[in-house]
Amino acid sequence: MKKHLQVEAIQSGTVIDHISAGQGIKILKFFDLSSESQRITVGLNLPSHDGANKDLIKIEGLTFNKEQGNQLALFAPKATINVIENFEVVNKFKVELPQQIAGVFSCPNSNCISHNEPVDSRFNLTTRAHRTKLKCHYCEKAFDKGLFTELD
Amino acid sequence: MHNPLYNKNIISIPDLSRSELELIVATAQSLKQSPHPELLKNKVIASCFFEASTRTRLSFETAVNRLGGSIIGFPDSGNTSLGKKGETLADSVQVISSYCDAFFMRHHQEGAARLASEFSSVPVINGGDGSNQHPTQTLLDLFSIYETQGSLEKLQVAFVGDLKYGRTVHSLTQALSLFDCEFHFVAPQALSMPDYIIDELKEKGVKFHLHDDLDTVIGSLDIIYMTRVQKERFDETEYQHMKSSFILNAQMLTGVKSNLKVLHPLPRVDEITTDVDRTPYAYYFQQAENGVYARQALLALVMTDEFGV
Ligand SMILES: [Zn+2]
Repeated sequence: MKKHLQVEAIQSGTVIDHISAGQGIKILKFFDLSSESQRITVGLNLPSHDGANKDLIKIEGLTFNKEQGNQLALFAPKATINVIENFEVVNKFKVELPQQIAGVFSCPNSNCISHNEPVDSRFNLTTRAHRTKLKCHYCEKAFDKGLFTELD
Repeated sequence: MHNPLYNKNIISIPDLSRSELELIVATAQSLKQSPHPELLKNKVIASCFFEASTRTRLSFETAVNRLGGSIIGFPDSGNTSLGKKGETLADSVQVISSYCDAFFMRHHQEGAARLASEFSSVPVINGGDGSNQHPTQTLLDLFSIYETQGSLEKLQVAFVGDLKYGRTVHSLTQALSLFDCEFHFVAPQALSMPDYIIDELKEKGVKFHLHDDLDTVIGSLDIIYMTRVQKERFDETEYQHMKSSFILNAQMLTGVKSNLKVLHPLPRVDEITTDVDRTPYAYYFQQAENGVYARQALLALVMTDEFGV
């Protein structure tokens, strides 16, 4: 398998794999990964097992835990996180939608108090009939994933 | 006895359990029967209306006075230096809460009370935050229903008028759905109950029905909750047509159940004709009066540990 990888292996860090094509750049930008001093390798439109193209991000020297990985779930619900030490995968998990997301998205309700106040935005996530909704902790309004400009 | 609401914030109806709602209603009733004019003696309560609302403020301030507390605050932040100096709500709340033992507030932005509760050193009671919640209205509605029916359980309740924008209706259905009530929603298409409430009710397995007019169900009802249809939402001809189908008059009340009561959060415009006022079914003015007892009950429970029935 390793021979087929089109991006260089890393010694230690995190590989985010199985990102739907097109989402890789958004994840980099949104989580501001490229501003960290870690070395980052990005693969775009790589072939995937299921035939669809995927993006992949390798971050040298940064280890994701489950919680950090789950923050990616709204961008890349099928992503897999591989934690690498000494060129070996020491931990591997699929991202899962967290119950709550804080400080990531701003509330789509323009009259919500969370704008312009010294607080992190906070949303509780619910999935019903395959539809994920984010309910604002402050204004109590529930929004479809598609209403967040950050996810466009 | 331990009072579960002592030192708690009262922000949103879904935060309250069935037994907490029952405790508030029972406390309102006991305060209506036996006043405690010194219960909050030496306590200072801030009444902060970042958005003006005269009725709610008078009702709340009456409640504080009847329990012997002192009030500080303002009726409209437009006349204060708060808004003008560009201070955040978080900062205003930290300062004001350091002066008082509890904080009652109304604000035009949704989520304001929840945010305030995170920065306040004393309990916050939400007096309305934008289009979101107005829990004290719901509590006075519950108290009025309990008082007139002797129970909150298994009632047939109709909601009539603007069910889309009427936040009092949304919270009251959320509260009553804990008591196995059956709902009848009577509204013009453009003002029907929002999907998220309908979805919640379906999920909880609550029985509800949609109707085009009140006549078809009026004979089976225990409570009719009327709401105001706001003229601004329609053009003139649409409005004239609309309001004629959602007006309650005395004649419609012939043959109803004897325990039926008509409620309305007030102010009414013309959705209940004045001839209804003279029937035994009208209860909206007593309901407004009950607002004082419901707010007294909340203050008593939130501010004193031992008080509770
Ligand atoms: Zn919000």
